[in-house]
Amino acid sequence: MRVIKKLGEWFEQRIQLAGPVRETLEHQVPRRSASWAYVFGSAALTVFCLQLFTGILLALLYVPSAGEAWNTLQNLNHHVTMGWFIRALHGWGSNFMVAIVLIHMAQVFLFGAYKFPRELTWIVGVILLLLTLGMAFTGQVLRFDQDAYWGLGIGASISSRVPLLGPWIVKLLLGGPIIGGATLSRFFALHVFVIPGSLIAFVGLHLLLVLKLGINEWPMPGRIVRRATYIQQYHELTSEDGVPFVPNAIRKDLVFSGLVLLSIAACASFFGPFGPSGQPDPTIIQTLPRPDYPFLWLYAVLSLLPPSLETPVLLIGPVIVLAVLFTLPFFAGEGEKSWRRRPIAVLAILLVAVGLGRFTHLAGYAPWSPVMDAWSGDSIPANYLKGRTALERQGALVFQAKQCHNCHALGGIGGQRGPALDRVAVRLTQNQLIRQVIQGGGNMPAFGKNLSPAETTALVAFLKTLHPSGQMPAQDASSTISLEAHP
Amino acid sequence: MTQSNAPTRRGMLFKLGLLFNAAAGMVLAVPIVRYLLSPLIRERKPGYESWVSLGPLEQFPQGQTRLASFRNPTTNVTDGETAKVPCWVRNVDGQKLQVFAINCAHLGCPVRWFPQSGLFMCPCHGGVYYADGSRASGPPERGLFQYRYKVEQGNLLILAGEMPTTGSPTARLINMAVRRPPCV
Repeated sequence: MRVIKKLGEWFEQRIQLAGPVRETLEHQVPRRSASWAYVFGSAALTVFCLQLFTGILLALLYVPSAGEAWNTLQNLNHHVTMGWFIRALHGWGSNFMVAIVLIHMAQVFLFGAYKFPRELTWIVGVILLLLTLGMAFTGQVLRFDQDAYWGLGIGASISSRVPLLGPWIVKLLLGGPIIGGATLSRFFALHVFVIPGSLIAFVGLHLLLVLKLGINEWPMPGRIVRRATYIQQYHELTSEDGVPFVPNAIRKDLVFSGLVLLSIAACASFFGPFGPSGQPDPTIIQTLPRPDYPFLWLYAVLSLLPPSLETPVLLIGPVIVLAVLFTLPFFAGEGEKSWRRRPIAVLAILLVAVGLGRFTHLAGYAPWSPVMDAWSGDSIPANYLKGRTALERQGALVFQAKQCHNCHALGGIGGQRGPALDRVAVRLTQNQLIRQVIQGGGNMPAFGKNLSPAETTALVAFLKTLHPSGQMPAQDASSTISLEAHP
Repeated sequence: MTQSNAPTRRGMLFKLGLLFNAAAGMVLAVPIVRYLLSPLIRERKPGYESWVSLGPLEQFPQGQTRLASFRNPTTNVTDGETAKVPCWVRNVDGQKLQVFAINCAHLGCPVRWFPQSGLFMCPCHGGVYYADGSRASGPPERGLFQYRYKVEQGNLLILAGEMPTTGSPTARLINMAVRRPPCV
């Protein structure tokens, strides 16, 4: 014991940091801020440390070469002892980090922590969010599989729409004219040096600001933030009703961080690593590229926007969102902090959460994409064929052979790009069916060139049988009336 | 007396030091920026595009649309399989051909050809094109990108080298190629 104490004294005589460190650890925080609502920032930092550590472990074996990266991941998954687990930890850590950063941001917003004097803390936080998303995207690229390859293509296609500079941005992004070795190398440099370096620097600044300005007090309805009086009020609060950060506040942080680490480890061991999916050979076009979780909502937005709105939304949308986030503390720097008195703030968070959640959920089954193998893989339910005439059954064959099933579901099976056709005969008359099949329209391609008259007749005969048993198919009333009038 | 002189001399040295480092920074900045912009400099001279062969014309029977692939004319030692680029070749009538980029004109995913219905379908956001590459439905705002082509000694050659994207010079060139008669 005496040796350790002597050693400690020897170092302290030279480093002289014990005083400031103790002061930092024991700084007073408002009693009510030692709360379970305030644990997300420290949890994000913990996961970031996990990511740094597992990232370095992966870098021991990963090779950032377009020809080798996929193979090194297979090697990690299948041959290296516990390689799959380290990959899984890093992948799940990434998802947890994005989620925790978003929750932290929502909490900080709802508790008014971005108001005076913590404007810069918020702005640095927004930068940290962008860097975290940057890590998620570049990380997906390093998992150099088919999703990564075509995801890069989507990134390049979006960049190419920037007016004037578009083509240059594409080449700088890809490091050349196509997605290849240079692309992976530069995303490796971003993911391993540039963005983590910036993250460490900005996390340091973020923490320094939290220490200098003090942790946000628990917002009380009616306690108004004013620039002239806030700092004095905060000091009164911490000196009259404060507790030392260590150990009073850090207990909950420690418990929650441990819980998060355990959850990541549990997900990693139960669900395993993410991919890699198929090898990044562009000539294998039988692929269904999908982005990782943090970008699924964007995938849905890109599919659902009307074509004419897409480029403006893609180019102007991010500018507006960033402008709002960066200037928020300046146009709402004073006033009420409590979310009980800020209904618009609560509604904004709910709107964003419901929007992101709904888009992410939709992207999970992508109803806008044709099901590429429904025509050959999904059968027509048997009761749609029972007791039908030969012509109607021939029509069912045409329905499959012409890939109608890729976009139209029958009995809940098949694509959802177009409407389900289980009741189509109730909606459209025979003539309308023929016109729709041959000319298309309403986002349906015209099939006239690829259907013989016999095929069209058979297909429409089949479609006319698609109505509930108790409901008559649609009929053109005018034709029967005119026939009755002039027999 | 000395107090008023000494700071000036030291101040001079400080300013000189700043100037010296600024000059060094600028000298270093030029090669660094050129290095970072090398993909653009390479594009100007000698350029990325050149004529590449897709193989003998017999591989592409009349009236059919078939998948072909080529090695990108400019490659990198670490490209591996990504140096390969696929494309769709449509032999319209034995005389006229169309060579479509694999990349959907929407956001670049690989389109698949369905000969039975005569449609190209995209698995990502649901873009659909007719056999001649024109837009049929979905989010794309235009038809498929087309490569310029020529036939030499029975081989089909296309002018390729860049990933076709909306707004890229390739896309504009391709548009012109559609309007001009192909250089057969």
